[in-house]
Amino acid sequence: MTWSREEIARRAARELADGDVANLGIGLPTEVANYVPPDVSVVLHSENGLLGMGPFPFEDQIDPQIINAGKQTVTVLPGASAFDSALSFAMIRGGHVDVAILGGLEVAANGDLANWTVPGKLVTGMGGAMDLAKGARRVLVLQTHVSKDGTPKLVGRLTLPATALACVHRVLTELGVFDCAGDHFVCVERATGVSEEEVARSTGARVVFR
Amino acid sequence: MKQKVRASVDEALEGLASGMSIMSGGFGLCGNAEQCIKAIARKGLNDLTIISNNCGNQGRGLAVLLKGRQIRKVVCSFIGGNPDLQEQYLAGEIEVELNPQGTLAERIRAAGSGLGGFYTPTGVGTVVAEGKETREIDGVRYLLEKPLRADFAIVRAAVADRWGNCRFYRTARNFNPLMAMAADVTVVEADRLVEVGELDPDDVHLPGIFVHRVFEAPEHDNLIEHRTTRARP
Repeated sequence: MTWSREEIARRAARELADGDVANLGIGLPTEVANYVPPDVSVVLHSENGLLGMGPFPFEDQIDPQIINAGKQTVTVLPGASAFDSALSFAMIRGGHVDVAILGGLEVAANGDLANWTVPGKLVTGMGGAMDLAKGARRVLVLQTHVSKDGTPKLVGRLTLPATALACVHRVLTELGVFDCAGDHFVCVERATGVSEEEVARSTGARVVFR
Repeated sequence: MKQKVRASVDEALEGLASGMSIMSGGFGLCGNAEQCIKAIARKGLNDLTIISNNCGNQGRGLAVLLKGRQIRKVVCSFIGGNPDLQEQYLAGEIEVELNPQGTLAERIRAAGSGLGGFYTPTGVGTVVAEGKETREIDGVRYLLEKPLRADFAIVRAAVADRWGNCRFYRTARNFNPLMAMAADVTVVEADRLVEVGELDPDDVHLPGIFVHRVFEAPEHDNLIEHRTTRARP
């Protein structure tokens, strides 16, 4: 059985260590916050200018001027700080953010990441993705293993425009957990029931299992 | 004391004309100088260059100026969630210069700080680096990004005093204090205008030296893009 989106998010939450400052990207990465184990305390950074971000508000707590980078209403926790965009990206580029969990379109075995554009199809802009991919101390990517037509998205070399080079440490997909190891991926965990053959067949680069 | 207080948004925007560049604070629809944006729409200025992280969203905020075909060029970092901008961009009707968000912020800060630019690792090896000088410093590859200025900056603050000292609120701060530093004319739209001395010096986020005009606008729509909540247990 391949992992569901929720299972990928749950597995990603286990990558967070107590005390980490983490930035969670838009979409599935945002949901990782829901599965952080109770004994792990993580400080969430939101690049629009908030450190110490809390969960979504209760209906009567909504404040339009407290949002995350996905423009969703959120809350602030005790100990939080608010700041301008330059300081926020100083935190990111300066290596002060321990981990960034980002969505991906393609990851190459050497750690190159593409997640901001599909020429002719998807035009959204890079937002904070290029800074986060380059600046966070550890970069995790959550994405599907293959595209809808079955084309591998873990590849030997990017086919899409890069977000940043040699930046991804680990990729989590519906098939398992994979580390970027230069000229190959290392499969460190497989979803229950997923065979090595299925992983190898679905991956566009050599995979070493352990 | 220099008289910076203006009685209305129209007085505050005096001199703003078609063809000018405008920095607009805000992240999506949060922290926008709403009265200024509405006034620019009403005045019907066109051929504008807008520097803003998103240039509005969901047809609201600065997107109203897009709908009115008032904008020639947008300098921003993200256009997802902004169908008006995506449509005009794909149709080749508007010029869009995409910057990584941190690069956009720092270019503005650099301009306001009198710097000729800065070297950043962000964008190295990507399309962002095309045509830019790259340099290796202590074993790390960087690219040169230049400062970014504008004719006008429209800034939203929570509190401003009559000399333009500003305090912001939560994530409505974002690009606002940076843009205030980098324009020939900086206009602050404050939720609340107070007398000089009412803001504690240690609570000033943006010193009034960067502000040329200020007006009070107690009413704001404070639009929400994604109203997300959780249930009470």
